[in-house]
Amino acid sequence: MIIRDTNSGYGLVTRLTHWVMAVAVIGLFALGLWMVTLNYYSPWYVTAPDIHRSVGMLLLFLLALRFFWRLANPKPDDFELSPFERKASAVVHWGFYPLLLAIMLSGYLISTSGGRPIDVFGWFSVPALIENPGLETPAGKVHEMLSYLMIAVVVLHAAASLKHHFIDRSRILVRMWSGPPTN
Amino acid sequence: MKFVPLTFLATLLAGAFALSSSAASETFVIDTDRAHASITFRIKHLGFSWLTGRFDDFNGTFTFDAKKPENSTVKVEIDTKSVNTNHAERDKHLRGKDFLNVSKYPTATFESTGVKLNGDAATITGKLTLHGVTKEIEIAAKPVGGGEDPWGGYRQGFTGITQLALKDFGIDYDLGPASQVVDMTLDIEGIRQ
Repeated sequence: MIIRDTNSGYGLVTRLTHWVMAVAVIGLFALGLWMVTLNYYSPWYVTAPDIHRSVGMLLLFLLALRFFWRLANPKPDDFELSPFERKASAVVHWGFYPLLLAIMLSGYLISTSGGRPIDVFGWFSVPALIENPGLETPAGKVHEMLSYLMIAVVVLHAAASLKHHFIDRSRILVRMWSGPPTN
Repeated sequence: MKFVPLTFLATLLAGAFALSSSAASETFVIDTDRAHASITFRIKHLGFSWLTGRFDDFNGTFTFDAKKPENSTVKVEIDTKSVNTNHAERDKHLRGKDFLNVSKYPTATFESTGVKLNGDAATITGKLTLHGVTKEIEIAAKPVGGGEDPWGGYRQGFTGITQLALKDFGIDYDLGPASQVVDMTLDIEGIRQ
């Protein structure tokens, strides 16, 4: 079992965080779209935003962990990509970090700008650091717009990986699922 | 220093205006600068309790003639985005399309059209514009007090209550059968100009 990334592939930590975040990010987007349509008497009216906030805050920790893990590990070679593809993938991969961070921070501000903390599944709470009443409304607009932008980038990212897999017949997609060759 | 003559002139003019208007009724500016006024509301939550909120930003004026209170007028303008129920997410929801839609309707206004006296109290009728809908409402008002303040001014204060059905103003988000009507309280203190 290879934990760290190598020149020839991704280790366990990167692969695990990649797929956990993929599921969580797409899940939170769908949950967010759905929960704002709930009526006041829906049994999910309180629970759905609770889950959304809690998962979002956990994702913030995971994002930070993953960012430092990326810095501390070698990047597997992308020799099969064209120079343009290499540049584009670098922009998309590095772009995910500030984009996700901005979405999480704006979401955090929706809940905390009045001074209340965010409770994470009842396990612990994240305190309100920036108390600025009224900020929740612009923060909500930013949160929504960036989330749509993020999903557009996710679609681009997934389309590119499928292109590498089915058209270029490269290991790019496979290596994010299975670890680097061990021999 | 060159502004002094101008200020002096303005003071003279204001004095002259005050003299001419004191014969009828006096104009008061609601003391929102130092927050001796509030607009609060309450609505039932699920029918189980009262939820209280307020509009933090508003301004207004009224005229008042102690000898002829029925000639009084009042005008208030509310910044709807200043809605405050002590819960950021709820306030965001209230500012959105389901309720106040503040980006489309940033202000709510009330302008009186008549005052009917009944003893110490009065019924103020007027036009309330809220959520883009203008409707005649009645405010049950009472004087609280008035007189010289310790700092050289003259103040007069009132309290008024009214009830609004949210549906009447095109706000039809379903909060349940017990939460159709909101109680509004207007507590104002005016400084005579």
